[in-house]
Amino acid sequence: MDLLNFLLEDFFVTGQPLIYGAMVSIVLVSFAIVFVLTYFKKWGWLWREWLTTVDHKKIGIMYIIAALAMLFRGGVDALMMRVQLTLPGMEFLDSQHYNEIFTTHGTIMIIFMAMPFLIGLMNYIVPLQIGARDVAFPFLNALSFWSFAFGALLFNISFVIGGSPDAGWTSYTPMAGANLNPGPAQNYYLMGLQVSGIGTLATGINFIVTILKMRAPGMHMMRMPIFTWSTLITSIIIVFAFPILTVALALMTIDRIFGSHFFTLTGEGMPMMWANLFWLWGHPEVYIVILPAFGIFSEIISTFARKQLFGYKAMVYSMVVIAALSFVVWVHHFFTMGAGGAVNSFFSITTMLIAVPTGVKIFNWLGTMYKGRIRFDTPMLWSLAFIPCFVIGGVTGVMLAMAAADYQYHNTYFLVAHFHYVLIAGTVFGCFAGLTYWYPKMFGHKLNEKIGKISFWFFVIGFNICFFPMYFLGLAGMPRRTYTIEPEWMPLNVTASIGAVLMAIGFVIFVYNIYYSFRYSKRETTGDAWDGRALEWATTTPVPFYNFATLPHIDGSEAFWRLKERGGSTYETDKLKPIHMPSDSGVPFIMMALMFVASFALVWEWITLAIVGLIGVIVCMVIRSFDYDDGFYVSVDEIKRTEEKAREGEQ
Amino acid sequence: MSAHTDTNTGPLEYRSKEGRMNILGFWIFLGAEVVLFSTLFATYAVLFGRTADAPAPSELFEMPMVLIMTFLLLTSSFTCGIAIHHMRRGSLKGLVVWLIVTLALGLGFLGFEIYEFVHYAHEGASLPSSAFWSAFFVLTGTHGLHVLLGISWAVLILIQLRQRGLTPVTSRKVFVVGLYWHFLDVIWIFIFTSVYLIGMVV
Repeated sequence: MDLLNFLLEDFFVTGQPLIYGAMVSIVLVSFAIVFVLTYFKKWGWLWREWLTTVDHKKIGIMYIIAALAMLFRGGVDALMMRVQLTLPGMEFLDSQHYNEIFTTHGTIMIIFMAMPFLIGLMNYIVPLQIGARDVAFPFLNALSFWSFAFGALLFNISFVIGGSPDAGWTSYTPMAGANLNPGPAQNYYLMGLQVSGIGTLATGINFIVTILKMRAPGMHMMRMPIFTWSTLITSIIIVFAFPILTVALALMTIDRIFGSHFFTLTGEGMPMMWANLFWLWGHPEVYIVILPAFGIFSEIISTFARKQLFGYKAMVYSMVVIAALSFVVWVHHFFTMGAGGAVNSFFSITTMLIAVPTGVKIFNWLGTMYKGRIRFDTPMLWSLAFIPCFVIGGVTGVMLAMAAADYQYHNTYFLVAHFHYVLIAGTVFGCFAGLTYWYPKMFGHKLNEKIGKISFWFFVIGFNICFFPMYFLGLAGMPRRTYTIEPEWMPLNVTASIGAVLMAIGFVIFVYNIYYSFRYSKRETTGDAWDGRALEWATTTPVPFYNFATLPHIDGSEAFWRLKERGGSTYETDKLKPIHMPSDSGVPFIMMALMFVASFALVWEWITLAIVGLIGVIVCMVIRSFDYDDGFYVSVDEIKRTEEKAREGEQ
Repeated sequence: MSAHTDTNTGPLEYRSKEGRMNILGFWIFLGAEVVLFSTLFATYAVLFGRTADAPAPSELFEMPMVLIMTFLLLTSSFTCGIAIHHMRRGSLKGLVVWLIVTLALGLGFLGFEIYEFVHYAHEGASLPSSAFWSAFFVLTGTHGLHVLLGISWAVLILIQLRQRGLTPVTSRKVFVVGLYWHFLDVIWIFIFTSVYLIGMVV
């Protein structure tokens, strides 16, 4: 009886029709998946081909699929908020539910959508761009993915089991502390981010070593494709920023579960220290999700303008400067906390400085297009839309950077409009552009151009209709995170909601395009779908699991362009040698599943179960330590067979 | 091709491409660890003096015990260096003996640390006592946890050394755990000065 009471009152979220609906659909979808896998006898396939894989290409695809699912979840959250804010006095969501939804929307979009989407693209593309057979640590790469997947799962089940966190994605203390926010909800935030954060850190280390140590012969640092450069710099930011998040989350967890006083009002704790630690990670995080997008746009603009990237070196150095500055601007997120004139001025200036290297990049993109013979394929359209939209976001960012003026904009819809203009126009457009651009490399066919363009126009027009009015709402005094609006804000809010619907339609069309193109698109016969310039296009499509049969010597930038000019290939039969590849392993999946158990237990403060789960994780580590499996060799015969088959269509 | 240059000269752990990449990756991981501890040190500095009703650190910190802990850990770093030296000379026995000495010293350190924590708790200073003590226990506790992890990890490697002897893989593992051990020593030096020495005089 006690158990039943616990289940009905605390464990499951009850009393919300929307959530009952979600529960039913979760159960139905889970059953459907189990049924399909069983009916078609696909369990073994799932385990062998995907759950145990260490292939960077498959891991990349899994990241992207998960990110699209998270984009859907975050998007549904967004639409629900727009419904609630369309008219004054709406009673679609109550204030508590609204708080939960803006919290999960923000957290999911940043941590479980933007980052994994970009990391997925990095995973697939970077080893191909530098001529590597895999990343430096393939096992660790699988571990990263599963830590993200289980972290995301943990965060996402909160809304049906135990309740969603409701203190905002920034989770400021003392509001997120145990006194004002008891129960498992906030713990979900802490543990979900902690588990996925471990994986992100590992990814950062992995890509630094991969890029530094595994480049094809002759590919100097300054000959690397620009997307690879952006990945390297992003990885460095990850390595220096994520440990701060790890500590901040751990301290709040210890506060909440073990009664310490880091961020509490009692025991002389300092609630404001959370804001500092959070943004010390949080601001670099913003650049973690924007720099790879910059890299993607650079690749695409150069390819579709049919010109070498203008100002390659300036592009690299500007990213380095942005990365360095990203660590010294964090106070601009809380100018109004009252750190004093000198401190605010310092952070005001450092923040405005970021506009300089970013401006350099904008002009370089324009310079790349200048006198180019531009093709307007879908990836290029996303990149072209990015430039003006991102500039609007950037300029309003400089407005926010002025500390004195920020007292006016702070926590209003002006800020909401600003960061959606940079994050959607930058990161989301970048993800769509990158996915469309590299899609033929990943799946052997392009996304349909016509449907892709319809989706693009819906999304981009919808985006501007949705977020541009928010600048004016902010200036009119509409506060961020309000769950109900005043009558005078109605017209612009109705406009914004119409824009949100258009964006949703754009997203649905994008996903439909994946299905449509899978059925009807022309299959790629060469590996070079867009007349590309970097080395990833030198491989066949589909890419063999070992990527490159032989590696060409790189004698300048734009490796593949040069290769095409002199008629080289990545398959020179006289140079073939057996290729060493890593073995698949089920340990990453199992280890992170156990980590999921442990963190789920910690969310509910079931310490014994948490310890049992952690012991399981440690056992997995010990098993790994004693694992001396050295991988295997692909024989020359097998390489020949694979390559001949893949290259049939080419000649 | 530079990608697969396995050499037959130089230290064993650096001979394979894989070994070199692992060691570089571990150095970068140590960079992340530096950030992690920096954050904890900064937190400690911010919360310094915020003892609420609990005893002040100057009332509890005792020089002799902290000095013994310091000597134990610093000596263990030295013996760890000797162990690596024996590994470089190809002496498995020397390596194993000195590694065990290192771990014994590490265990001694941990013993004192646990004793210290229990002692403070009896005097009314534990994790929930105040912001200062929260920061103290989490900073020193994280270091202690790292030492424990290092010891357990090294024990696993000792078993593997017994099973397989000195190979490029086992020697790489020893080298990496050695790096980790020295790193913990560096962190302790900062704890010794910025926590204990300052805590005793302020």
